[in-house]
Amino acid sequence: MKGAILFDSTKCIGCEACVAACKEKHDLPAAIDPKLTAYTWTVVEQRNKAFVRRLCMHCESPTCVSVCPVEAFRKEPSGPVVYDASRCIGCRYCIMACPFDVPKYQWDRTTPIVQKCNMCADRIAVGKEPACAAVCPTGATIFGDRDQLIGEARVRLKAAPTTYVPHIYGLEEVGGTSVLMLSSVPFPSLGIRPDLPVTPLPTLTWKALSKVPDVVVVGGALLYGIWWITNRRIRVQEALAQEAAKKG
Amino acid sequence: MRKDAEAMNDTRWPEITFWRLVFLVLAATGTVVAILRYSRGLGATTNLSDQFPWGLWIGFDVLTGVGLAAGGFTITAVVHLFNLKRFTPIVRPTVLTAFLGYVFVILALLFDLGQPHRIWHAIVMWNPRSVMFEVAWCVMLYTTVLALEFSPIVFERLNLERPRRIVRAISVPLVIVGVILSTLHQSSLGSLYLIVPMKLHPLWYSPLLPVFFFVSAMAAGLAMVIVESSLCQRAFNHHLEMDLLEPLGRAMVVVLSVYGILRVQDLARRGALLGLRRPGYEGSMFLLEMGLGVLLPIILLAIPRVRARQPGLVTGAFLAILGFVMHRLNVSVTGMERAAGVAYFPSWMEIALSLALVAAGFAVFGLAVRYLPIFPEAPHRASGVEAPAWLLARSASMVAGGSPEPLSPPSAPAGVK
Repeated sequence: MKGAILFDSTKCIGCEACVAACKEKHDLPAAIDPKLTAYTWTVVEQRNKAFVRRLCMHCESPTCVSVCPVEAFRKEPSGPVVYDASRCIGCRYCIMACPFDVPKYQWDRTTPIVQKCNMCADRIAVGKEPACAAVCPTGATIFGDRDQLIGEARVRLKAAPTTYVPHIYGLEEVGGTSVLMLSSVPFPSLGIRPDLPVTPLPTLTWKALSKVPDVVVVGGALLYGIWWITNRRIRVQEALAQEAAKKG
Repeated sequence: MRKDAEAMNDTRWPEITFWRLVFLVLAATGTVVAILRYSRGLGATTNLSDQFPWGLWIGFDVLTGVGLAAGGFTITAVVHLFNLKRFTPIVRPTVLTAFLGYVFVILALLFDLGQPHRIWHAIVMWNPRSVMFEVAWCVMLYTTVLALEFSPIVFERLNLERPRRIVRAISVPLVIVGVILSTLHQSSLGSLYLIVPMKLHPLWYSPLLPVFFFVSAMAAGLAMVIVESSLCQRAFNHHLEMDLLEPLGRAMVVVLSVYGILRVQDLARRGALLGLRRPGYEGSMFLLEMGLGVLLPIILLAIPRVRARQPGLVTGAFLAILGFVMHRLNVSVTGMERAAGVAYFPSWMEIALSLALVAAGFAVFGLAVRYLPIFPEAPHRASGVEAPAWLLARSASMVAGGSPEPLSPPSAPAGVK
């Protein structure tokens, strides 16, 4: 099973039980920051009379996994994108690159680490659902198999086409995410980026990176060739000069 | 200030000159900031935030620093691969600049990384899909190459004949490896930003970012050689080889033109030029960068009369460097601000530390010139000027030692085995 979260904005009442559960599960300070920080991994925002959750989207082809030079991020087959703080060197490329602006830094510490929602990977590993899904009183946040949740989302869109905007956010964005969202208002008005391509972002850098072997081989051969030619030209000239000197 | 008196001065305490005072102030402030940064953390000392995680230390110290050190690979390639041996006299100062440049980039990184004590992780924990991983490896390897390319100068000073010969034997492959590594990471610094198409402003985001970073670094590297030679002339009374620097100015016209045409063509193709009809903040910064830092130096350096004289040549090169710095800062700061939703301006501590690193680079360069044979030709060429005593002593010892030198042979065919 590939775990995923379906968040249905129309069912959310903004009670923030998910935030509290997340704080408790991960031993985070109880004070809730208004936006995602290293100490608040999920928030519920009210926008245009609708509630929307912010949390790591757990991309299928995660940008953070691809950019991290020391492989501190990993996409688990069970769905979550997890972070191993013991590998992190603190370059903050993940924070800079994430299309959803999710990874956050402990700016107040002297040796900070990156923090973000990990979909309660340890709970999933023992067959439980993430803390936020477990406590949600209205079923706005539910956990399940990604394919099944996509099916469920399609059923809801079909059953109430006037309630929802006809889009499952996360189905295709940046190659798909393991957090799917439904909404009654257009996603941009929830502050959710509408402009993401359907191709995973790591393909953009891979296009450049995959040329490295070519540069090494072609460049090496070319440079050696240039040296060989210019060097030979000098030696020929020398030899000619010597011969001329002998004759003259 | 900047008199050769300092070199002749044999007393234990060097006299206080204006530039030494500047250096002392910058070094002292930098030391204080360094202590604060490590004791209080990045949040307390920088204006970085979750919205703006990369600031001056990445944009200037790393992106710009690496680019300005690009003279190392271009000049070594010109002399050792293209065998244009007449440029030999500028190889040593250029390799020294490049080596110091990379060392100071790594130093700067140690301040910027949140977990600097784990910088070695990149050696053992691999992610070949990460541009940053590739940059890390290239910078590590190329710094090693530069150290080796520079080592003969130290071996020469210490009269170590054997290691000198070993490095000389591998000098051509070393230069080839250096050029390849430079091509890779100079361009990859641009590739770092390929992954943020929605965050970087369309005036700077382009699939061609790696190409732009590479080509502009070549121009900046050449410009640095010109400006640095001019500074050396003033600081060390070193003769300015206008006959060598003028062709570099000419090469810059070609490289900058290629760069400018590529940039404008790419913007036109992507329709981003239209936004410039009413330039806002980003548009103005872009016009400043391209006008002052690309177009103006092209015009100046393209005029033979301007290029052939020191003030014109140095002005053109200086403007190109300025344009290069502006490009890197526009990519890393200006172009990212709108998407971040916050304006970023570095804290005084970020600026102070960057300045201190630059000052330290200058100081180490000065020391190296003083104690190592960086300008081997100087005594002969500068004979008209009062040559400092140490230089004369050096030249005497070199004439006595008189063996050919590996990476910058004094006579043309010496590099040939």
